[in-house]
Amino acid sequence: MQVFKIPESIKKGSKFTFCPGCDHGIIVRILAELIDELELKEKTICATSIGCSVFLYDFLNIDCIESPHGRAMAEATGVKRARPDKFVFTYQGDGDFASIGLAESMHGALRGEKITGICINNTTYGMTGGQMGPTTLLGQKTTTSPMGRFTGTYGYPIKVAEQIALCDGTAFSARVAVDTVAHINQAKKILKKAFEIQLKGLGYSFVEFLATCPTNWKMTPDEAHERVRNEMMNVYPLGVYKDITVEDK
Amino acid sequence: MDKVLVKGNYAIAQAALNAGLECYFGYPITPQTEIGEYLSDEMYKRGLGYVCAESELAAINMVLGAASTGAKAMTTSSSCAVSLMQEALSYACSDEVPIVLVNVMRAGPGLGYIYPAQGDYNQAVKGGGNGDYKLIVLAPSTVQECIDYTYKAFYLAHKYRNPTMLLADGLLGQMMEPAVFGEYPYPEIDNSSWALTGAKGRDGRAIFSVATAEDTQNQHIYNLFAKFKTIEENETEWEEFNTEDADILLVAFGSMTRNIKAAMTELRKQGLKVGILRPVTLSPFPSKRIHELAAKVDNVIVVEMNMGQMVNDVKLAVEGQAKVDLVHRPVGQWLSVEEITQAVKNVLEKSYASV
Repeated sequence: MQVFKIPESIKKGSKFTFCPGCDHGIIVRILAELIDELELKEKTICATSIGCSVFLYDFLNIDCIESPHGRAMAEATGVKRARPDKFVFTYQGDGDFASIGLAESMHGALRGEKITGICINNTTYGMTGGQMGPTTLLGQKTTTSPMGRFTGTYGYPIKVAEQIALCDGTAFSARVAVDTVAHINQAKKILKKAFEIQLKGLGYSFVEFLATCPTNWKMTPDEAHERVRNEMMNVYPLGVYKDITVEDK
Repeated sequence: MDKVLVKGNYAIAQAALNAGLECYFGYPITPQTEIGEYLSDEMYKRGLGYVCAESELAAINMVLGAASTGAKAMTTSSSCAVSLMQEALSYACSDEVPIVLVNVMRAGPGLGYIYPAQGDYNQAVKGGGNGDYKLIVLAPSTVQECIDYTYKAFYLAHKYRNPTMLLADGLLGQMMEPAVFGEYPYPEIDNSSWALTGAKGRDGRAIFSVATAEDTQNQHIYNLFAKFKTIEENETEWEEFNTEDADILLVAFGSMTRNIKAAMTELRKQGLKVGILRPVTLSPFPSKRIHELAAKVDNVIVVEMNMGQMVNDVKLAVEGQAKVDLVHRPVGQWLSVEEITQAVKNVLEKSYASV
């Protein structure tokens, strides 16, 4: 009996290069499973981003365009407007999505682009070695907030899923985590819903993933997931913040 | 084919439609805004892609996304806003994505103003973004050429998978002239070997510029420049008048060409053997031809509406064979025929003239 199978949409022989304990690997696998289950491979074009997410096309056997930092939503908009029959999603970190790319992210949502946005929130710039990002928690020490993020100098973290839910063009906005098996299963269901909303052409769909960065948090994978549960979820509660298919009932 | 009286900006917009434009993304800026206004209506009527982008950053990146699927896509802008697009142009060159960008130049630096000027020459031809790359740059001088070279911009961009810029200016954008549209005269380019279409019957393909291995990065840049060498050999374009017997060669591009032609006629009447070379492609630059002509003339005089930008490329092409001078003004009223005529005479008397 086969108990483990690599999804068809993962490139043959590819090995994830993410750090041990990083949640990117779990999220990429969820993505690949859904692309398989919904039979999307042949119609998918993904806009990747800059950061740890940049090498997505090394792992997924789908068509991808690399976007300059912050511009994934613009690239995805161009793709979708040129080829409306394609399935288009972005895969971005929180810095890419909510700092340098906030204008593109918000306006894509406001236009109701029939695209799915995926934002991996690990409260730091991981690729460059753990600097303060837009989602860095108050009190969190990073290489650019060495005494901890305090509001007088650094201001407040952004609650991305809530902000995107406020945009009238958004059909679906949710926040999920992958720290436990139950949460992984829930995250997959929610991402599937977001994909289906795009396939039905209902508007912009968005899923924020709370994720670990053990390397830059200087934690073990277990400790990092404890932090997701004990610190991040207090500020970034899991849940569906907008779903027009439910509100319509 | 009917001759119509048409404004330069509308000519560019309609020519892009005739060329098979599938997607337009833009943000308003004078003096090119009419292009986006015209296309908003026409694209919608045709069921084509149109977005009033939230910024020029977004606009050029939407073009990059659309063109990565093989679609004919364009944005139009002006000077200070084209500066915002340089990062994406660098990506598109490295990615080999065929985007078309129109820069209807205004004056600068900074916000400058909407006076016509030619101050973006260096940014356009030297690569205004990071790294080693070159755009193809076409500089029209009449409304008719705005049409002709918009057609050619789409053809060259797709033929060579290289971002291509139409470098016009406020004079051309805002001026009405009689012109003939005709039909798009170039063949369609097959993009099936690289365009992102969804991985149907094949593995996924990615368009990207990141190269973590030093060798890969080196080879990629060598390949890009080998391609640009081919473009230079095949596509370098210029116009020449009265160069057979010329002692004095005037060089100008874009709108400035108009008045040096009239100045040449006037100076010839006064007995001076003046010829003209006008680069049409600013990148690739007709350096070879300028080098050949420089061997036969005494003076090369570059006339441009900036502080002297193309003059440096002319000097490199002349390689000391003739004396090179600059006649210029940074912004404002285009140098008149009288001013050019007088300045040429001054140059011949002195070593340098600034109007």
